[in-house]
Amino acid sequence: MLGKTAVEKNVSTQKIEKPKPELLPHESKLKTRNNIVKSIIYILLVLMAIICFIPFLMMLVNATRSNEAILSGFTLIPGSSLVENYTNMMEYVNIWSGFKNSLIISVLTTVLSGYFSALTAYGFAFYTFRGKNFLFVFMLVMMMVPGQLGLIGFYELSKNLGILDSFIPLIVPAIASPFVVFFLRQYIKTTLHPSLIEAARIDGASEFKIFHTVAIPIMMPAVATMSIFTFIGSWNNYIMPLVILFSPEKYTLPVLMGFLKGSQVAQNLGSMYLGIAISVVPIMIAFLFLSKYIVNSISAGSIKE
Amino acid sequence: MKKLDRYGYVFIAPFWIIFLIFSIYPVALTFYYSFTNYSGSGTAEVVGLANYARLISDSYFVEAFFNTWKIWGINFALQIGLALVLALIFSDMRMKLKGLAFFRSIFYLPNLITISSVALLFGILLDWQHGSLNMILLNIGLISEPINWLNKPTTAQLSVSLILTWMWFGHSFIVVMAGVSGISKDYYEAALIDGANRWQTFTKITIPLLKPILLYIMITSLIGGLQLFDLPMLLTDGIGSPDGSLNTMVLYLYNQAFKFNNYGYASAVAYGLFVITLIFSAIVFKGMYGNERKQARKV
Repeated sequence: MLGKTAVEKNVSTQKIEKPKPELLPHESKLKTRNNIVKSIIYILLVLMAIICFIPFLMMLVNATRSNEAILSGFTLIPGSSLVENYTNMMEYVNIWSGFKNSLIISVLTTVLSGYFSALTAYGFAFYTFRGKNFLFVFMLVMMMVPGQLGLIGFYELSKNLGILDSFIPLIVPAIASPFVVFFLRQYIKTTLHPSLIEAARIDGASEFKIFHTVAIPIMMPAVATMSIFTFIGSWNNYIMPLVILFSPEKYTLPVLMGFLKGSQVAQNLGSMYLGIAISVVPIMIAFLFLSKYIVNSISAGSIKE
Repeated sequence: MKKLDRYGYVFIAPFWIIFLIFSIYPVALTFYYSFTNYSGSGTAEVVGLANYARLISDSYFVEAFFNTWKIWGINFALQIGLALVLALIFSDMRMKLKGLAFFRSIFYLPNLITISSVALLFGILLDWQHGSLNMILLNIGLISEPINWLNKPTTAQLSVSLILTWMWFGHSFIVVMAGVSGISKDYYEAALIDGANRWQTFTKITIPLLKPILLYIMITSLIGGLQLFDLPMLLTDGIGSPDGSLNTMVLYLYNQAFKFNNYGYASAVAYGLFVITLIFSAIVFKGMYGNERKQARKV
């Protein structure tokens, strides 16, 4: 019922089911009324789509306009100050370093979380050992605890370990991601039959070899689903890097955005818009390609709760 | 076989080592600090329940509590309302609307953007004199003079609520839609044959069968909403202006700890927030499932 199968099921139900209720003669008048209602609904939907998109459009347009032009009025016609805005912004804030830092942290977080969660899920699913149930339930309980609860303790711990102002406290904790473990365990329980593991054992494969060559490929769709959320979560995380990082050259993109607001760049609205645009556009492009997959993942994830 | 089962510990060991160090220990340490006057340096002196006593009588925390609720509540009502209306429209068999995939994607788009970018973007779009929103409204003639959105408590809170709605209604819509597509079409066909109108179909079939999904949205939104931080932090001055109206609980926690070095007190704020989250999650849960049991007993 998990991951891929659920996604496929979702897609297929939407495609196949198109019942055609027969119209009775006296209903034909209703049909024209229905068409009017339908048109109104479409107009409202398009309006909502515009509301969703227009702030981004304003951002893109204003990123190309000079400060004076923006102050003098609003328009959706692009200006010609893109290069000036860019050089002005780069004088104070190197946005690409924020980009690089965010990318390093998010990629490593996603990889660590994916691999070690799969490892843990496999351990919980296919071995029987003392304390297993207790540990699993304990993990579920801890899953309910909001991240902010341990914030101060986390900061103190990082201080005492001497890893403040480094990426370590932002990456390494991803090894323990309870929700991902929970999701993957449910998934592999239903998709991997123990007899397959037995067969591999008889063939003389070691336990780790079985995990890497048998379990991981089977878990891959679920790992991919979870990876999207891990990546987005890490990419958008603001409070943790804000607390942990001090040096501007180590700032992640969200922290850099806050930094941008308080810097000289804020004097020039065109540069501000450009900075925001640079932080937003790559995500939008990625979404263009992944939107169907992401939407299906959200659907699958929520139905499983 | 018994020998192989020892591998279970090997497989889960990395998780538990990291979990103990970076999750359990910080939570426990914060709990300890909440009973001390720790200030970020020097030694922590145990002060008993003083921090918690202060918490209950702290007007700023109480204010932050109500602010968080107001901002979250308005946003949630709008968000879930929009999501339900959209789901109702798109699942209507008589309407057969096209473009679900397109609208779903575009409605979801704002949710994907880094909140700090969103905060910054709206910070300048909502600017009093030079913000695009006021310029548009002035051009259309809806208002005669610019509104200082982020300078009045009510409009500032409303702005945050609306930005949150803008960010989250698409997500809720996707989740509700997933729930709706899980409802058997037989119910709707039967309702159609029985001559039920849209409203009846919606209230008697869709809503009751969506209960688990709605509960899921409500709990996750509540937990996320009570932790509201990025938007109020970056929209105004970071300490809750105007007039403390954007002072949310986590913002208060952050400022107490990392601006004013009251680590002990901030830890108590963290646990206060945790208890509040637990209580309200339980109430939501009971509210939605308690009723069901009562009804079942009546029948």
